[in-house]
Amino acid sequence: MKRIVAILLTLVMLAASLSFLTACGDNSKTLYVLNWGDYIDPDLIKQFEQQTGYKINYTTLTSNEEMLIKLRSPDCIYDLCFPSDYVIEKLIAEDMLAEINKDNIPNLKNIDERFIEISNQFDPGNKYSVPYMWGTVGIVYNKEMVDEPVDSWNALWDEKYAGQVLMYNSMRDSIGITLIKLGYDINTRNADQVAEARDELIAQKNIRKGFFDDAIKDDMIGNQGALAVVYSGDAMLCIDEEEGNPNLEYVVPKEGSNVWFDNIIIPKTSSKQAMAEEFINFLCDAEVAKQNTEYIGYSTPNKAALELMDESWTENPVYNPPQDVLDRCTIFHDLGDFLSVFEEAWNKVYFEN
Amino acid sequence: MKRNVLAYPYIAVWLPIFVVVPMLFIAYYAFFDNGQFTLEFVKSLREPMYWNVILRSAWLAVRATLICILIGFPVAYMLSKMKKSAATLLSIFYILPMWMNALLRTYAWKVLLADGGIVSVILEFFGIHGVSLLYTEGAVLLGTVYNFLPFMIMPIYTTLMKLDKSYIEAASDLGANGFQTFIKVVLPLAKPGIVSGITMVLVPSMSTFAISKLLGGANHALLGDLIEQKFLLSSTGYGMGSILSLILLVLVLISTAIMRRVEKDNGEAEGGMLW
Repeated sequence: MKRIVAILLTLVMLAASLSFLTACGDNSKTLYVLNWGDYIDPDLIKQFEQQTGYKINYTTLTSNEEMLIKLRSPDCIYDLCFPSDYVIEKLIAEDMLAEINKDNIPNLKNIDERFIEISNQFDPGNKYSVPYMWGTVGIVYNKEMVDEPVDSWNALWDEKYAGQVLMYNSMRDSIGITLIKLGYDINTRNADQVAEARDELIAQKNIRKGFFDDAIKDDMIGNQGALAVVYSGDAMLCIDEEEGNPNLEYVVPKEGSNVWFDNIIIPKTSSKQAMAEEFINFLCDAEVAKQNTEYIGYSTPNKAALELMDESWTENPVYNPPQDVLDRCTIFHDLGDFLSVFEEAWNKVYFEN
Repeated sequence: MKRNVLAYPYIAVWLPIFVVVPMLFIAYYAFFDNGQFTLEFVKSLREPMYWNVILRSAWLAVRATLICILIGFPVAYMLSKMKKSAATLLSIFYILPMWMNALLRTYAWKVLLADGGIVSVILEFFGIHGVSLLYTEGAVLLGTVYNFLPFMIMPIYTTLMKLDKSYIEAASDLGANGFQTFIKVVLPLAKPGIVSGITMVLVPSMSTFAISKLLGGANHALLGDLIEQKFLLSSTGYGMGSILSLILLVLVLISTAIMRRVEKDNGEAEGGMLW
């Protein structure tokens, strides 16, 4: 009896280690993708896997800073990543990105020339990145709780809404909008201006409910706050007729705001560049891009996809903001070493209260 | 004694790989920057912000522990007085939620405490209007107590169960009333259970981090959040995160040492300890 058990156990272990070996063997067909949560239609991943026979290993996270740390790690395994503009600028400066072979991405012609041009500001020559999604930062407010039209960042500091203001848990965005409110550049390298913004955020303490991650969407839809800082794509969900809350309204304040781009990049450490480019090309396909943008609600830079979409999307100023909104928005730039001044200010705001 | 053999893989493999080596890494990152010895991170601790966060976390942990004792002891006492079968059933109810992930349980509190949620509806029924419950320090405290209460109840309960009933009989034979018996006999005998309960609540609640984010809206960020933020988000965070982790470790060691001492003073420490 004992011997039988022993043999059985050995067999089980052997089988387990064999399956482990085969799992490793398949690695060459696996693409490792690092992306934000809720940022791709999962059906598209399946579709791509079926078309190509590749496997996609998909990891999500919640902040650009985290993405940067993951990509910097010496044993970075990722083949594709979707960081924002200023992070791409930093990654290029640190020589961490692979130059994209545009011959492998014929669908690149679908991307709107306007956005290629803006991308040019952080990726000179558009050598390392392909636009994926873009959007603005603004205020979502509940018309039941706020009886005047909101058009300024000052509303987030208004005593009337004490305890009802939800801020976004992101250093660049929170300090950025405060800088704009004070009339400064969001990419300032002036320590006094950052200190002023820090004090302004500390003074906001009793007015804001707190700093939140993705929970902000649910809280606004569930009437848990009057005003919130929200990305335009999340705002689409908030104001959605079916899933959202009809009392919510999105506005990009008159003082200006941040316009951001999340582009697709391939880390230099990736050994599967051609495969990764195949996936980029797939995502740039008009039909695929349409399905993707309609699923996640963020604006697509894909002109061909936009042409396929109906008016409820293209005429929606949140999804497809008019040029004058874009004109008053600026993109974030990499701050280089000055970032530590921002980090210190943010730490003070976040922990010293 | 042959059973000790089973502990060898743990001592020889698990302990070094998952405890000792990570500790060494933390110590390394705290004192070395790019391979160079540095006291830069230690010096950064002059910044009062860090100490505010540490004090806030310690104070929250102490309060959570006290509340856990105040709730946990009576519960454990009642359980120990019950019939064995009833007590077992009830204690399952205390343990059952722990089979679920702590984050999910905390999310559940978010729904309960939200404006217009069940708790505020009940409060409104009693005429209390317009109190925000979620994203307050009270919510963080509540979440901490809720998450760690079973760790207080169980060790006290096991100690009380093992308590020799003849001591209580002897006390009443000698003329002590119920209250005197409780204070002079039951409580001292339950001390090992209370002490181990304190250790099991105080230490994890000092280092908790997700609770303050979910229920406190980051307005009441704790040491755990600070360490997380340093490691995850800061460009130079490994050093600072490590030195703060070391401070947390020291705090934990100090509280464990105090608990050990209290327990030794109590004479023979038997039962009650779960680990």
